[in-house]
Amino acid sequence: MGKLYDQLMEDVRFVEGLNACMNCGMCTGVCPAAEFYDYDPRRIVDEVQKKDEAVIETLLKSETIWYCGQCMSCKTRCPRGNTPGFVIQALRKLSVKLGYFTCSEKGRQQFAIKRTVGHSILERGYCVYPDIVTPWMHPEQGPNWESIYNNTEEFMAKLDIPYKKEGAGPLRKIDQKNLDELKRIFDVTGGTEMYDCIEKYSAEKAKEMGVDIENGDYLNMVFKTNSDYDE
Amino acid sequence: MSEQCVAKQNLWAKYQKDIADDHYYYCRSCIRQTFFPASERAYLNIMRDKLGKDLFDDPNHTTCTGIAYHSDLVPMQTTETVIARHFALMTEAGYENMAISCVTSFGLYTELLHTWEEFPEEEARVRQYLWDATRREFKKPKNIAHTSDTIYKFRNEIAAQMVRPLVNVKTGEPLKVVDHIGCHYAKMFPTKGVGGAEFPRVLTGMVDAWGGTPIDYPERRHCCGFGFRNYLVMANRGYSVANSKKKFESMAPYKPDFIVTNCPGCAMFLDRWQYTIQQMEGTTYGPDGQGIPSLTYEEMAGLVLGYDPWELGLQMHQVDVEPLLDKMGIQYTPRDKWTGKKH
Repeated sequence: MGKLYDQLMEDVRFVEGLNACMNCGMCTGVCPAAEFYDYDPRRIVDEVQKKDEAVIETLLKSETIWYCGQCMSCKTRCPRGNTPGFVIQALRKLSVKLGYFTCSEKGRQQFAIKRTVGHSILERGYCVYPDIVTPWMHPEQGPNWESIYNNTEEFMAKLDIPYKKEGAGPLRKIDQKNLDELKRIFDVTGGTEMYDCIEKYSAEKAKEMGVDIENGDYLNMVFKTNSDYDE
Repeated sequence: MSEQCVAKQNLWAKYQKDIADDHYYYCRSCIRQTFFPASERAYLNIMRDKLGKDLFDDPNHTTCTGIAYHSDLVPMQTTETVIARHFALMTEAGYENMAISCVTSFGLYTELLHTWEEFPEEEARVRQYLWDATRREFKKPKNIAHTSDTIYKFRNEIAAQMVRPLVNVKTGEPLKVVDHIGCHYAKMFPTKGVGGAEFPRVLTGMVDAWGGTPIDYPERRHCCGFGFRNYLVMANRGYSVANSKKKFESMAPYKPDFIVTNCPGCAMFLDRWQYTIQQMEGTTYGPDGQGIPSLTYEEMAGLVLGYDPWELGLQMHQVDVEPLLDKMGIQYTPRDKWTGKKH
């Protein structure tokens, strides 16, 4: 395994996203995450471009690389054509690959996203589908959605939406042949490997923390814990 | 109005894009079909029945994995190959143009084609991945449009069939409309969006054509706050609602009659976060303790064309739309809102 910086350079997003940052801070000025969190994309890009392995390792284990919302407002603004959001994507991918993501509270959340959106892709053919937007995980969806969720088939039938039905149309059922193709794409492109990485390192972390991963306690913890707020 | 002001208002005109005229391979959206399934149906109906266009709605089309990609759950090559499969399905169906119903997908399809120009070896690698996984091959699309681009392109043809203009029937005044185009429509590749990142025009062009007045509010270009993992994980949702709140506070002083959105996620967040803020702190942003209705552009087009509001799925919103329907003079049956027309 090469140096961390060299591994980042294997990601085309990193190559495309970083060209001698001059530290103007334009990205931070326009960044919604910087407005909300103690987060500074300018600083991250500056730290990475110095190629200090210890600093990069600290970043890969940090909370800070997980704050970005990937709106990519930074791409529009950088006067030098850099994209801090792309640099973040490369850092996060490497953090997952090396298992460093479990060192931070925000990084550990990858497990919850994998168990929801990640599973939905391979089981339903969509990232999001009505039956995964459960009211207990999504109270912000409000009472109208809760009512629709509790009566989805009946509601969609009244709206003439072919929910879970064969053929074309919104919310149709994706047949097994297409789901199998998706799975084979995941297998040959590293998607399955990344899923497995998240599971493996999360199981190790859950054991280390003494939290049961089998009964859903670990999922519940990473999904809901917000130390910033609790403090 | 001074010449300077007119010139300023027309800055958007420098940012134009080619939008195919007909024959589109339609790409559905995970979020739009989940929260606004009737919008997707209305879009196809408007394009086919009102405008006489040909679109192929392919049952084999799936997610592009975009939400997982921007949550760093899947590698770039996985997303590229899933999209390459969509290119293959389009090629096999005999189409060359794509109409994409999701702004996240639209941004990714655009980013992928740009990446392949910069890194041709990446395209070769993805072609091999696709062959190994599915034995499929593809031609790259000649034209990629977000579905709103196509409605924008034919906005005057829709205006010619208009039943209810965007006008307050009680006052005779144009409705005041705030738009939100969504970050990935043009912030990544400004030349690929009508009006670019700075002078959004794709939605305001519709509003102008259909009799409304667009409002250029200060935080018009600010993110709705989706932030992918910042919404998907409950612990992070403060980020999401705070960004929407910033937008609501920016638009409220202009007293908009409704919000119109480009991106399905934004449409949902700008609706649901109003409910949440009302629950959290009692704040509402519309008149008389009401919210500001947040519509998809398909819903706006459907209302203008005289579609029934409940067939458009407006009951799926948390912010009540009835005050807007009343302003537009739209007749509706309250009972049909939840019982449907088949009761």
